[in-house]
Amino acid sequence: MSANHDDHHEAPDGHNRALRLGIGGPVGSGKTALVAALCRSLGPSLRLGVVTNDIYTTEDADFLRRAGVIDPARITAVQTGCCPHTAIRDDIAANIDAVETLEERFGPLDLVIVESGGDNLTATFSRGLADKQIFVLDVSGGDKVPRKGGPGVTSADLLVVNKTDLAPMVGADLTVMSRDAAKVRDGKPVLFTSIREDKGAHSVAEWVVGIVGSWQHEHGTPHSHSYLS
Amino acid sequence: MHGSPTGGMPNQGAATHGLAALLLLADSRLPAGGHAHSGGAEEACRAGLITGADDLSRFLRGRLATAGRVAAALAWSACSASASWELLDAEADARIASPAQRQASRTQGRLLVRTARRIWPSATLNDLAKALPEGSHHPIALGVAAQAAGCTPDQAAMAAAYTSVTGAATAAVRLLGLDPVTVHRVLAELPYDSVIAEQHDWSALPAHAAPALDLLAEQHLRTEVRLFVS
Repeated sequence: MSANHDDHHEAPDGHNRALRLGIGGPVGSGKTALVAALCRSLGPSLRLGVVTNDIYTTEDADFLRRAGVIDPARITAVQTGCCPHTAIRDDIAANIDAVETLEERFGPLDLVIVESGGDNLTATFSRGLADKQIFVLDVSGGDKVPRKGGPGVTSADLLVVNKTDLAPMVGADLTVMSRDAAKVRDGKPVLFTSIREDKGAHSVAEWVVGIVGSWQHEHGTPHSHSYLS
Repeated sequence: MHGSPTGGMPNQGAATHGLAALLLLADSRLPAGGHAHSGGAEEACRAGLITGADDLSRFLRGRLATAGRVAAALAWSACSASASWELLDAEADARIASPAQRQASRTQGRLLVRTARRIWPSATLNDLAKALPEGSHHPIALGVAAQAAGCTPDQAAMAAAYTSVTGAATAAVRLLGLDPVTVHRVLAELPYDSVIAEQHDWSALPAHAAPALDLLAEQHLRTEVRLFVS
């Protein structure tokens, strides 16, 4: 039987499969740079797959392939028909298909990262698609953004504020951003990064290693499927 | 023998269930990946073939009379069958000239089967998934999903006819900023019933080709900047 023979219909309980990590945020905040940084940092120790949701083309996927941080075959690009938030929230079928195809082809995997197309502050991942999610903002969007909240900022498991190197140039006050974020996020973590300076986004990578460890503690370490035997 | 989940309930209940299931199946909110397919409309918009509601109306009428008619016939057949899925799938293959369209149809079929199996678990859907693991053609998946949900073959065919044009219409609204109410009026005026008929001989299923749609699908795959899968 082919690798694709097996049925996809089981309701996912997470057992014996990779942690699915959604990465969302507005256009240009650094989602793709973060994915590349995580591949760079985690590639040596974790078995990875990446799904991108480009808005127009396969540009994000191409960027990652060119960056040489992951085997290009482990990157799948999903098209979203003008509606990036629909593909991660309301109709996740194409993304689930992409994730499962990666797991079938290259599995067992430890972590599959699903990068959303750039969207607005209300865009969050369905729990049917992502087990955990990161929302990425950048300081040049203005230091008021955390205060404005929205589901991405308030509910993501991790909020990343990127491009801190630009803060002095755009007049963004990181203390204000940190205080406002803490207020609307109810104690959930916030990390400040400058991926241009820290090519491995090490603080974020450390957080991801932590959630992968907890996931595998709870659901088992993914290993080769044996249910056909 | 359609494995209706309403078995044991009064007939009226079963009929209502079929109609409600038809609404769910035909709803663009059904989470089965349809929102990312334009049925050639994206390429037609880019090529300047669709520029407004009048062009769109002609495009949709052509689509319904060709691809829609074939899809309706396949869905009718699938809804009333219980086996031989490879054969019906081969009949569908033979009626879709463009490799890009065949691929798009199979992708949508695979996604729909996965979604439908979680909503309306059924042995027939399981059999279809096992027979065609890479994905059956979309109208066949739709027909079998309709069967599992308790729809009649006519209802399955209606869902296929309807969804053969609604995705393209929505894509045109998004891409060209057309007035959505005008476009829905266009959708309301289409002759859906005219493409629905009983099918009892698979070898004699309609085979209405649309060379322009084939060419648009092939060109779309080769276009660098695209928002839709097909």
